[in-house]
Amino acid sequence: MNRYRIRTTTSRALLLVFAFIMSAFFALPLLWLLTAPFSTQANLAVKIPETPSLANFEAVFRNKFAIRALFQNNLIIGGGVMVLVASVATLASYGLSRTRVPGRDVLVYILILFSSVVSGTAAMVPLFLLIFNLGLIDTYLGVILVMTGGLLPSGIFIMRDFVDSIPRSYEEAALVAGASSFRMFRDVAFPLVRPGVMVVAIWAFVNAWGAFLIPSVLLRSPEHMPASIAFYSFYTEAGTPNLTLVSAYAFLYTIPVLLLYLIVNWRFGFRFFGGIKS
Amino acid sequence: MERRAIFSAKVGFLFLAPALAFVAVFLLYPFVRVFLLSFTNQTLLGTTAPNPEWVGFDNYRRLFDFDRWMRLGEFGSALKITTQFVIGSALIGQVGLGLLIAWAFYRKKGVLRETVYTLVIMAWIIPETVVAFTWVAFLDRDFGTLNALLDAVGLGQPDWLFKHPLESIILFNSWRGAAFSLLLFSSALETIPPSYIETAEVAGANAWQKFRDIFFPLLRGHILTDLILITLWTFNVFTPFLLTGGGPARRTELVSIYTYRTAFHGQHEFGKGGAIAVVMMLINFALALVYLSLIRRRRVHG
Repeated sequence: MNRYRIRTTTSRALLLVFAFIMSAFFALPLLWLLTAPFSTQANLAVKIPETPSLANFEAVFRNKFAIRALFQNNLIIGGGVMVLVASVATLASYGLSRTRVPGRDVLVYILILFSSVVSGTAAMVPLFLLIFNLGLIDTYLGVILVMTGGLLPSGIFIMRDFVDSIPRSYEEAALVAGASSFRMFRDVAFPLVRPGVMVVAIWAFVNAWGAFLIPSVLLRSPEHMPASIAFYSFYTEAGTPNLTLVSAYAFLYTIPVLLLYLIVNWRFGFRFFGGIKS
Repeated sequence: MERRAIFSAKVGFLFLAPALAFVAVFLLYPFVRVFLLSFTNQTLLGTTAPNPEWVGFDNYRRLFDFDRWMRLGEFGSALKITTQFVIGSALIGQVGLGLLIAWAFYRKKGVLRETVYTLVIMAWIIPETVVAFTWVAFLDRDFGTLNALLDAVGLGQPDWLFKHPLESIILFNSWRGAAFSLLLFSSALETIPPSYIETAEVAGANAWQKFRDIFFPLLRGHILTDLILITLWTFNVFTPFLLTGGGPARRTELVSIYTYRTAFHGQHEFGKGGAIAVVMMLINFALALVYLSLIRRRRVHG
């Protein structure tokens, strides 16, 4: 029973104060998102509306451009990135795990570093020209491919832990029984790594869902824009945002991310996937 | 222990092929292409769009024009602002907060820990355009929550985004990205054998001594890995643009925003944008090498 030192009241009180300060710091900037969407005359203040209303959401749903951005364009881009990243990362980490590749841990580490170097606006300059030359400017495919390229190294990194943790004996048995490598992957290994595939898929989807820079550089026509850019349809001609509608749209845009977080947290526990070996 | 191979190198290569293709086309090719681009006067529009000319080091000379390069809106100024931003929000903000929170809740369970962790993760996963709006509201001079609190304790109502824009985006980015370091450190802490801590506690070590003599040496590799990734990501991050647009008067123009303004606005100067990208990538490489050599040194000395 006495394995752990009995904590003094002081250290408990200190932890309570610390937790309170941290909670305040991380929660206060988000409060506006909970109050403004339900107020008919929202400004930048956090104020619980006296008569909460859903009128803002009705107005948002009348904006066809913004609704298509959210429920069509975002789903196409997010879905495409999700499928590509999850499948390519699963195949790659499985291939890495089950072949004798010398220095494969270092390889994945270098890949992560390299993708962190070739990223952001610096990478967008040559990537724009690449997509331009491929004739994929203003297409969903161009956006999906560029996002997949950027997310893939981290996706492999996350997936690696799941693949390494499944036992090999089933696969060896399947091979002895005469299954081909790909059948063995599909019927034996894949079902075992499915939780990992789900985690990588959701992670990729959430990343693509919120992205701003890549679509704003690679897309041109309004009907292709995702929600991150469609916010501008709630600005007046003078360039000031209509805050009540912006907040309601932001609320709708955030809900799927929170739901996916809850699913991951409930099924797997939200933790650091892909343990970094020092 | 040697891992047994399940299948041959040839089959393994087939599994890896799609990933290799993506890496080659979307990482390696742009990396090479941007070097070539930086020696041309390529633009998006106009006569130099279809037929760019070779201009040698012209773009670099324009970037390193030392008569004006520290003026706001020039390359030197962007580098200086980025350095302050990286030190403030990455090294102190994100890594510091992540380490502090992970350490405070080490070996603890319960509602306090769950609450803090969930809030930190929320800040990280909510779409960047959304958090930019909520932070504009949070920092607003007249209506913002921050000033309402400061005013209540008699500290006045500073105009954050206009008077203290760099401090604002540093605070914002610390808030935004602390989750990654927190998650990394809390899973790293779980790898420390409890017996180490118990022995130290029996010997009467206080919290600081435990941190210095047990956590820090054992977590050094994780801390350095975290520092490399967070530094590179913060160096390239674009999200502050959504909060300040690089202003007011280019006082928050990070190198990433400077690149964006050069290559994707106004004249769309891809050649010059390419030169900035090359310099950024070289700086990133240098930083990665410094950290990697620190990790290596630890291995050599045990």
